[in-house]
Amino acid sequence: MYDVTIIGAGVVGTAIARELAKYDLKTVLVDKENDVSNGTTKANSAIVHAGFDCKPNTEKAKMNVRGNEMYEQMCKDLDVPFKKIGSFVVAFDEDDLTTLDKLKKQGEINGVPGLKILSKEEVEKREPNLSKDVIGALYAPSAGIVGSYELAIALAENAADNGVNILLNSPVTNIDKTAEGFQITAGKETLVSHFVINCAGVYADKINNFVNKPTFEILPFIGEYNLFDKSTGDFLNTIVFQAPSSKGKGVVSLPTVEGNFLIGPTSEGPKQPNDLKTSRNGLQELREKGAKVVPNFPFHKVITSFAGLRAKVAHNDFIIEESETANFINVAAIDSPGLTAAPAIAEKVMEMLKDKLVDLQANMTFVPTRRPVTRFMESSNEMKAELIGKDHRYGRVICRCENITEAEIVDMIHRHAGATTVDGVKRRIRAGAGRCQGGFCAPRVMEILARERNVDVLSIVKDKQDSYILTGETKATTVEFV
Amino acid sequence: MNYDLVIIGGGPAGLAAAIEARENGVESILVLERDRELGGILQQCIHNGFGLHRFKEELTGPEYAERFIMKLHELSIAFKLDTMVLDITEEKLVSAVNTVDGFFQIQAKAVVLAMGCLERTRGAINIPGTRAAGVYTAGTAQRFVNMEGYMVGKDVVIVGSGDIGLVMARRMTLEGANVHAVVELMPYSGGLARNIVQCLNDFDIPLLLSHTVTEVRGESRVEEVVIAKVDEQNRPIEGTEQVITCDTLLLSVGLIPENELSKKASVEINPLTGGPVVNESMETSVPGIFACGNVVHVHDLVDWVTEESCRAGKHAALYIQDKLVKNDDPMVTKAENGVRYIVPHHVQTDNLVDKLTLMFRVDSVYENVRIVIKNNEEKIKSIKKRHLVPAEMESVHLKTRDIEKLQAGTLSVSLELEEVVQ
Repeated sequence: MYDVTIIGAGVVGTAIARELAKYDLKTVLVDKENDVSNGTTKANSAIVHAGFDCKPNTEKAKMNVRGNEMYEQMCKDLDVPFKKIGSFVVAFDEDDLTTLDKLKKQGEINGVPGLKILSKEEVEKREPNLSKDVIGALYAPSAGIVGSYELAIALAENAADNGVNILLNSPVTNIDKTAEGFQITAGKETLVSHFVINCAGVYADKINNFVNKPTFEILPFIGEYNLFDKSTGDFLNTIVFQAPSSKGKGVVSLPTVEGNFLIGPTSEGPKQPNDLKTSRNGLQELREKGAKVVPNFPFHKVITSFAGLRAKVAHNDFIIEESETANFINVAAIDSPGLTAAPAIAEKVMEMLKDKLVDLQANMTFVPTRRPVTRFMESSNEMKAELIGKDHRYGRVICRCENITEAEIVDMIHRHAGATTVDGVKRRIRAGAGRCQGGFCAPRVMEILARERNVDVLSIVKDKQDSYILTGETKATTVEFV
Repeated sequence: MNYDLVIIGGGPAGLAAAIEARENGVESILVLERDRELGGILQQCIHNGFGLHRFKEELTGPEYAERFIMKLHELSIAFKLDTMVLDITEEKLVSAVNTVDGFFQIQAKAVVLAMGCLERTRGAINIPGTRAAGVYTAGTAQRFVNMEGYMVGKDVVIVGSGDIGLVMARRMTLEGANVHAVVELMPYSGGLARNIVQCLNDFDIPLLLSHTVTEVRGESRVEEVVIAKVDEQNRPIEGTEQVITCDTLLLSVGLIPENELSKKASVEINPLTGGPVVNESMETSVPGIFACGNVVHVHDLVDWVTEESCRAGKHAALYIQDKLVKNDDPMVTKAENGVRYIVPHHVQTDNLVDKLTLMFRVDSVYENVRIVIKNNEEKIKSIKKRHLVPAEMESVHLKTRDIEKLQAGTLSVSLELEEVVQ
């Protein structure tokens, strides 16, 4: 019997799991995928928004601004890369300038700190690589960049370190309301729980409908992105949005916290909740829209493209509320700025639970920090020598592009919510995330995964269940010695 | 640690450079190799066809490598395996790690960069569709099949007709896979003619020129790819799409010299080759740092890698012995009319031993042309060619008598169409 079952291990589900771990609650975090952070959380802009973009008094506005305030401490506790580099919304004409003024006023109502309109000259000074057609910008110093999947993985790990159960490969196929609470069919398991928190992303409406009337419909919108080689990572210093106008919404251009460069997203939908393919038109659109802001960008240095889905709803605001069925809380329609809002949403959900659980005690053994991640290449030469002295596997570089060592990969496999797949290793420690995209290191990473998990290398998958890499052994040869 | 010569990379380029440097009198040499064995990518090239020029016989990749590895052992040249070089400075301080020595630094008098190249990926050519498993570069698939002993798929489409793709078409077929097609964007193949015959024609594998892959389908593993014909601007032509059911897409869409370390050492990179700017001695813009093999420009035959690397090894030896001439005003090579690039980029005739080799690639397919070498607009040599293709590296050699006549200035290579005889 669980106190709380959280459905969906994206950044929202994992943030809630960690928040609940601070209390004396028996919690389980369930996901249909074979890894946490495997839906929208792994494919988005990875921006911590300032919060000027949301309509005042919406859940989005409140959660965005509060979430932004919480990021620095959370990322410090969890040793997750986060940089507060600020954002620009750039204007190309007078209409755009009017938009900037409106956004600034809106941001101020929302409580966004430090908003400022910059002149063409000020923009040029800070960002010499921007188009010369930019005539001004709204500067938001509180915006930042984060490793979005690293964050959800770290939240899950810290939640598990503090006693939360994580149940992967377990799609929820039914929920029954019982006298005691809920009975949840999750993969092969049947869970019994007092509370259910629905954080199922693009599937949240389906989860809701197991026990409630269909009060909302998730409209998955696809966004395509291009990710560029690290040699382009310093092309801009700031996150650059284009002012939304009647001619449409532009794309965002930004350095990523890992040192790459990202352009995206497009927006098209509604789509099916598993429709994650990039398209020729989408990639063409990225290039055209990107070129408007950064005309001299070396677009040929793309290393990969990807697509993510946003869980939109018609009324365009987060749903964070108890459903018609008591003790079933929907945390749904968390599209942008959901990543930013996640810690604030977790705080709010906890408040809702506290109202219901009057005798709730704090978890006295809660540890807010996770074991620090050793990043070998970022260490000093002395530290490198010391690390190899302690564990010789730091001396074996597996990923040549990002210079990731065997010891770092092994560490990521053995943590709570650890890596079980090739992409799982990549998301945790960047092995395979460089310019060769795993061409050289995939065989080595598979070998390490198989060895450390004591499984056959043939069973190692790339990412999702069934994303098998090898189809069998090569033909056996018998050599006869005469 | 101190060594006279540190060689980064123990593939064919590094091995040849090390051997040649020793044979030219350098005693203190260390080869650093990141993989578990010497020989580089040759070790996974188990097909034959290597060494026809160098040894006048047909060897497999491992056999070709073995000759150099044996020689290295014979000459007692030091090497470290499973060792990753993390940094090289302009002052030739090399920082590296491995599991035995830990973190270590070597001060070298000279360095040879021989890191080779890497394959262009799906991302680099932006093939749309899902991110299903089953999309591999041909070289990665080759490693899995030939070295690890695993098959990567059963029904295969290959995009790009580079040599590794062609060789893998045959290899996968021999291992029982069904190779449906090799799809090439250009109207001509990117691989050697002999590979088209031996790897595709002999196995009835269709080569679809002027075609591209427009979409990868499949949620977890590749299930289908969509291919289409392209127009003159290489854009897919609507209505020509064909869906091929398959579980694997192999990419053979080009190789990129791997120069991250070169950049750390402030070595100047040529944007056309993707490799260091080098002179006749294979010396880069940083004195005492040499480069050879695929790190400089992508070769199609290992025999030419060996030749080029011997040149680097020999001149590195001369540099260490203080016998290399430094001319502040070298001759500059210029690729013109139909020639995409030339290696070397600079020539100091004082350092040439017996001949000057200019290696280059043409930018398209040409029939009946003349390769013309000019020194400051003066024609010094011209060679008739029936057929030139971008896939095959060309070279011209200038002998001592030609070299003696060279004046300071430029040395150009261009193509001239043959005059039509009435």
